[in-house]
Amino acid sequence: MSRVEEKGKKSRLKLFVPLAFFMTFCILLYVGLFMESKKELPSALLNDPVPEFSLPTLKKPTETVTQADLKGQVYLLNVWGSWCPACKVEHPYLVKLAKKGVRIIGLSYKDEDADALRWLQRLDDPYEFNIVDKEGRLGVNLGVYGAPETFLVDKNGIIRYKHVGIVDPRVWVEILKPKYERLQKDAIQ
Amino acid sequence: MNPELGLFALILATCLALLQSVVPLVGSYTGRLRWMSAGRSLATGQFIFTLLSFSCLVYAFLTDDFSVKYVASNSNSLLPSIYKFTATWGGHEGSLLLWILTLTGWGQVVALRSDKLPPELGARVLSVLGMVSVGFLLFILVTSNPFERLLPFPVQDGNDLNPLLQDLGMIIHPPMLYMGYVGFAVAFAFAIAALMGGQLDSAWSRWARPWTTVAWCFLTAGIALGSWWAYYELGWGGWWFWDPVENASLMPWLSGTALIHSLAVTEKRGLFKSWTLLLAIATFSLSLFGTFLVRSGVLTSVHAFASDPERGLFILAYLVLVVGASLTLFAFKAPEIRSKITFSLLSRETLILVNNVLLVTSCATVLLGTMFPLLVDALDLGMISVGPPYFNTLFVPMAMMLAFALGIGMMLNWKKGTVSWLVQQLRWIFLASVIGGVAFGFMYGDKFVISEALAIGLVIWVVLAILKDMYNKTRNASNLFAGLKKLKPSYYGMQLAHFGIAVTFVGAAMSTGYSLQKDIRMNPGDTVELGEYAFRFDGVKEIQGANYMANAGIISIFKDQKKVTVLYPEKRVYKVKGMPMTEAGIDGGFTRDLYVALGEPLGEGSWAVRLHIKPFVRFLWLGAMFMALGGLLAVSDKRYRVRLKKKAGIRSKTAKGKIAGKAVAGGRA
Repeated sequence: MSRVEEKGKKSRLKLFVPLAFFMTFCILLYVGLFMESKKELPSALLNDPVPEFSLPTLKKPTETVTQADLKGQVYLLNVWGSWCPACKVEHPYLVKLAKKGVRIIGLSYKDEDADALRWLQRLDDPYEFNIVDKEGRLGVNLGVYGAPETFLVDKNGIIRYKHVGIVDPRVWVEILKPKYERLQKDAIQ
Repeated sequence: MNPELGLFALILATCLALLQSVVPLVGSYTGRLRWMSAGRSLATGQFIFTLLSFSCLVYAFLTDDFSVKYVASNSNSLLPSIYKFTATWGGHEGSLLLWILTLTGWGQVVALRSDKLPPELGARVLSVLGMVSVGFLLFILVTSNPFERLLPFPVQDGNDLNPLLQDLGMIIHPPMLYMGYVGFAVAFAFAIAALMGGQLDSAWSRWARPWTTVAWCFLTAGIALGSWWAYYELGWGGWWFWDPVENASLMPWLSGTALIHSLAVTEKRGLFKSWTLLLAIATFSLSLFGTFLVRSGVLTSVHAFASDPERGLFILAYLVLVVGASLTLFAFKAPEIRSKITFSLLSRETLILVNNVLLVTSCATVLLGTMFPLLVDALDLGMISVGPPYFNTLFVPMAMMLAFALGIGMMLNWKKGTVSWLVQQLRWIFLASVIGGVAFGFMYGDKFVISEALAIGLVIWVVLAILKDMYNKTRNASNLFAGLKKLKPSYYGMQLAHFGIAVTFVGAAMSTGYSLQKDIRMNPGDTVELGEYAFRFDGVKEIQGANYMANAGIISIFKDQKKVTVLYPEKRVYKVKGMPMTEAGIDGGFTRDLYVALGEPLGEGSWAVRLHIKPFVRFLWLGAMFMALGGLLAVSDKRYRVRLKKKAGIRSKTAKGKIAGKAVAGGRA
């Protein structure tokens, strides 16, 4: 008798598994909802140099660039792809920033070169040049998990900030611009 | 006045929904018949007031009432009227209102047909639907009022509808999708009502099944439309991007597909009862979760949607309440509805179980892929990118296994089958598929591609299995025609949907594996060869649209020196937003699409042009159409209406035939 009861209890417990699973899931969602501040770069990569790489550029596929070539000036490293609808929203503002003289280097992320080139033709090109990361290896090293993402890198090639998501006037004025200007001042001194 | 009327109607609908979620439920536990039947009129009232509110919003759009904030940000006086109408659901607030309208619409249909159900069941179903809509109505009232005014300073003209949404496909895509999402709310309500009553018999599955199938059909059509829209409107030539929003619609589809299969077992064999209930709950939860994902801003920072943690929090709380409560109910009540029937390892039941496991696993895969970045981030493990590579490596093999299991499952009988029978039935089919797949792989295209060969082999496998099964089922009839006539609509529906899977496979494999593409600079008069076609660029002309200016390229296409067609790919600039848009020129064909998009002017009359040849790409959506039609055909089966006719017969006797005609007419509907 008791064994039967025990068995019954066990199978009853099993029925709570979906509920437990769901509740865990909701906690995750809750955390995600208020993670805005955590969406900045994890401390592991912040203040680290841009990872090593040697990749071709978009418009001159025969030439390669490395992390060393980027040094010397403060710049924004913008991760994008023509497959990414949000990038399309972001793009016009990048063009505006580039016209103001902000140095932007693109990372064409997991994209077909033809698509990326066509995109730049169509929507204007704010980038000094584009690093082509077709397999997304540099992306993984950078800790990219989607596009668009924008890294703020100082003149020594050290990552100082990372913004996940679209750079719009608000993000630029409130977050990126002060940091960018401070780094530039440091660069001059 | 009009927007206020809309808001007022919405508030009234909320009050009625509140009553609907309480009164019939209490009635069902206390045995008060009038309380129970009150649910029906409450559902009707709720529907009418929501419809009124929605009409007010439509009216505001059609009359360019830019004092309404939502209208001002989503419409413009230059917008063509048809798009003014569809702009109603072009943004968050309006699409939410459309969602609610769909929900109350379903509630209304359930109410109309609920007199065929046992009164307690009908009352509980309506109550649960009432609770679902209370949540959404409060959501819209508290966080996303579409009637908010911009007074005292209304804008002169609106901000215009996003050009991407100014398109005919967009007119029907969201309503279709919502019909699907929200339709699963009915399946969910049936499941909860069954748990409340602690009773789930085959009659219950016969009631619940058509609702679920119809919802599934709409969702199938909705997803197909979305993919079709992405194909021709986004101008990239792709048809699925594994975007979180797409995933949000795919997940309920996968678990809904599992649900309709599991329901079949529950109806025919009285098995998988608690599993069916769990799937019904899960499917609707995933629909809710999809809403959460798109509107909350959880993934916003990565993708372009209006971010609002307040809205997110509201939906999350709602999700916890609805799903948490139903899963708790499930945990306590499921033992009451356990079945004790057994089946052997080799039987159709087992194969449907395999189908369910595969579908649920692929659903979990998609869920994981969608949520993974968030999960990793929340656990502070750094950040990882998940994209099409992840989804394709995991999802495609599972889809293939599913197709393989489909062939076996179809051949097996319920309860018990034998290995020897299976081997005897399937050996030639198997051989033919292997040979066919390999032969195809070598003959088509430039080189042997294993995944495409495998896919085509599976297509042959599924199609032959369908034919073989139909042959088996008609073999004993006097002639083929008589045999085919005897088969039921539900059988034909099933096979049509399965055939749709094969057709979609063809489209996916061929367009992925054998598309041709060229990006090229063209001067007027230039001719470029691609595959067996020659494309001649005849220059560009200017077009003036209602709210945009466009350059249209003129591209004549020849095959064997004969003109096939002329395409006019456009590059538009929408006046208000200044947003450039590409309208691809597409010549659709049964076996191939010719797809041309116009790039930038490169000076001196030359343009960047992109040319595509996409073999069999239309099969993707054709297959989806077969699936949806198959579902509808299955629902038309008489057995879902037998009970109703019997009842109608009894009633007509008591009423001395007076209402017999009416009842029969109702039965046909």
